Amino acid sequence: MEPLSRPRTPSFILGFSRRESFRSPTAKGEGERVGVVQGVRASYFLFDIKGCDFTLGKFNRARAARLTLPHFICQTPLFMPVGTQGTIKGLTNNQLEEIGCQIILGNTYHLALRPSAELIDDLGGLHKFMNWKRALLTDSGGFQMVSLLHLADITEQGVTFQSPVDGKPMLLTPEESIQIQNKIGADIIMALDDVVKTTITGPRIEEAMYRTLRWIDRCIAAHKRPDAQNLFGIVQGGLDPVLRDICVRGFVDRNLPGYAIGGLAGGEDKDSFWRVVAQCTAALPEDKPRYVMGVGYPLDIVVCSALGADMYDCVYPTRTARFGTALVPEGVLRLKNQAMANDERPIDSTCTCMVCRNYTRAYLHCLVTKDAMGSQLVSYHNLSYMMRLSKDLHTSLVEGQFPEFVQGFLRAQFPKGDVPEWVCNAMEVAGVDISTCCAPITS
Amino acid sequence: MRFAVTRACGGGGGRARAGALYIGGSTTAPIETPSLLILTRKGLPTFVSCDHLAALPTPDSLLLHVSPLHFLDCPSSKTISNIGGLHQMLGLHEHFFVAAPRDSLESLPESEGTNKLGASFETPCGRRLIKPSAYVEKIASLKPNLWASMADEVPAWVSDKRNKTSVDRTLRWLDECLALDPAGGKTMLGVVVGGSNIEERKHCAIEVATRNVSGFWIGGFGLGENVEERSALLNVVTDNLPEEKVRFISGLSLPEEVLQGVASGIDLFDSTYIYHLTLGGFALIFPFKILDHNNLDFQLDDTVGDRTKINLRATIYRKDISPIVANCSCFTCQNHTRAYINHLLNVHEMLAHILLEIHNTHHYLGFFRAMREAIKGGKFDLFRQRFVESRRIHLTSAVLCS
Repeated sequence: MEPLSRPRTPSFILGFSRRESFRSPTAKGEGERVGVVQGVRASYFLFDIKGCDFTLGKFNRARAARLTLPHFICQTPLFMPVGTQGTIKGLTNNQLEEIGCQIILGNTYHLALRPSAELIDDLGGLHKFMNWKRALLTDSGGFQMVSLLHLADITEQGVTFQSPVDGKPMLLTPEESIQIQNKIGADIIMALDDVVKTTITGPRIEEAMYRTLRWIDRCIAAHKRPDAQNLFGIVQGGLDPVLRDICVRGFVDRNLPGYAIGGLAGGEDKDSFWRVVAQCTAALPEDKPRYVMGVGYPLDIVVCSALGADMYDCVYPTRTARFGTALVPEGVLRLKNQAMANDERPIDSTCTCMVCRNYTRAYLHCLVTKDAMGSQLVSYHNLSYMMRLSKDLHTSLVEGQFPEFVQGFLRAQFPKGDVPEWVCNAMEVAGVDISTCCAPITS
Repeated sequence: MRFAVTRACGGGGGRARAGALYIGGSTTAPIETPSLLILTRKGLPTFVSCDHLAALPTPDSLLLHVSPLHFLDCPSSKTISNIGGLHQMLGLHEHFFVAAPRDSLESLPESEGTNKLGASFETPCGRRLIKPSAYVEKIASLKPNLWASMADEVPAWVSDKRNKTSVDRTLRWLDECLALDPAGGKTMLGVVVGGSNIEERKHCAIEVATRNVSGFWIGGFGLGENVEERSALLNVVTDNLPEEKVRFISGLSLPEEVLQGVASGIDLFDSTYIYHLTLGGFALIFPFKILDHNNLDFQLDDTVGDRTKINLRATIYRKDISPIVANCSCFTCQNHTRAYINHLLNVHEMLAHILLEIHNTHHYLGFFRAMREAIKGGKFDLFRQRFVESRRIHLTSAVLCS
């Protein structure tokens, strides 16, 4: 992580206060200073992320950036582990810092249920509650409701659902979602959107897109802490380029601190997926971050980064770890497989994480799916892998080695040259030459 | 491996002794006894990963209990040997492993299945019969620092005949293990059994003491014997073992039981107490620096009925932003609050158990350290008496209030 340099426009950052470094057994003492934006005048930057610097490195649409958030200065492209209920499953905060985690995602729906937004607020916000010194992002709660609850229904007012605690009918409005997120206190908060599955067709998608635009105004109006929390809008519109375009333009008009590309990562085919991302990144402003929600697989992250996206989140690395699957440059390693029982190599010989330095596949084979420690160790490795991927993407762009990095990545995943067609198409649009990775087409 | 008694209480202090275990060669600092062996599953603590393990107080936290029963199926002995044994396989080069053929959590000895060929255990993989030769082979691949020979452990309610058989069998297996041991007993702990029969215990102890082993593992406890009669059984064993060899016992988990064992002259304990507390959502809070205060007037904390531990699932902790124990230097207390752990427990997150196991281990190690200080200061009896009294005070005052 590069040392903190002087902010580009010091006038709107009135001071940095140094937080105590996290008291952990392996605290290096030095390391990142946490910058705290103090007393920023609301009129100056109602919706801005202060000090968004996107000129660190570029390759066509791909870009490396520095994102200054109230609790941490982040480097993009970056992956955000999902800490659903105020914790990343199986890892302590100091371990997350060690592997280079910059932002964690918290789920508003789960946290509002337990321990409740009021309690988090009373105890000083989620950062203090979790004792996480770096950045936090909360989603709006809408997606969980729609995906987790049987009787969720979306109206113009908001999302009506049955409370999982006592079965009472409840309503989550844009106002309430923002109110809850204000209490939780994350650096980035998400607007409540009307999200539909991409596998659905018909007028529902258009209805959802327009409603999302109407709701963003309600979210903006309800947002009580624009100086401390950055509200991102979520672009909807399904797989329809016309709808997506309308939505993007609507959001850009509102001049938000950042924009998410939502409604993807839900089972649509990859060819449609990349085209939507490409369209959105082309239309969204250059100087604001782009967050593709729910992505995902390392390959998807590399492609989206080539197309100009900056931020990602997904439960995949930690979830797959609990099933005994480790992420490696070649793809995945299924540690439960009998072939691993006598394999004396580490998960990944190129990885320098605590797990790969200490344990063999054979030993991990015994632990996974049977012992809690197995979950912990593979989760640790998988998140290390994602952090390393983030850092490699950023560094390769800064050092002007992006195409080489992408080529190396693809060659490791597809040694036979069988790069999927959608990747080839996407890279063509991104202007990244991957011909050396693809086997000649036999016609 | 070398063991030396550094302070014997003698006289009124009974058989309690402080010692030094030189287990890692002459240049490493000795482990002071009485000491706790941290429980492991397949060689690693249940929830505490190696980086957090390294942050626990040393050298106290360097002793780990390991059970070869965890490695019955995988990895194979060959693979373990190729990797280089426990220390290499677990990446724990600074730690010391003491192996005993008993896993008090999951693989309890199954005395009805045990026969002349081997010992039977109820494991998560079903009932398994372990022969001495297979056991020694596994030990040879694991290469623990110390290991106990195989035992026929029987619960307290078996017949005298069965008990006598267990002693004979255990002695036979000890000799078999000794014969198979390439190191000739230098890292071996001879097992003493005998159930709840004073004569058998004495006989077994005398016999094992004649073998060329480096220390002793006292088995057969924690399997249903009467707590009151336990002291007499322990005493007859330790009275017949040489002073200058280390004694390790399994099955004495609670602080009162440990105190009982220390009073009888035991040096090493493995304990399931931390594990059960952790899984239950409990955190240890009992004070153990009880010799520092002169007054025995313990103020009862309003919110806590039991001064030993707190149940962090309870709603009273929802907004408690204090650490589990004020001034505790463990990772958990330095970084997290009772409120946060309460939340983690309520949402069934693994982090709750990680944080609790770190704290509980740290706290229990502190208890052992306080015990050692008391022995070295010649005040072990006073320590034990005060400790037991303080644990019972909440009961007596509850009675007085009603």
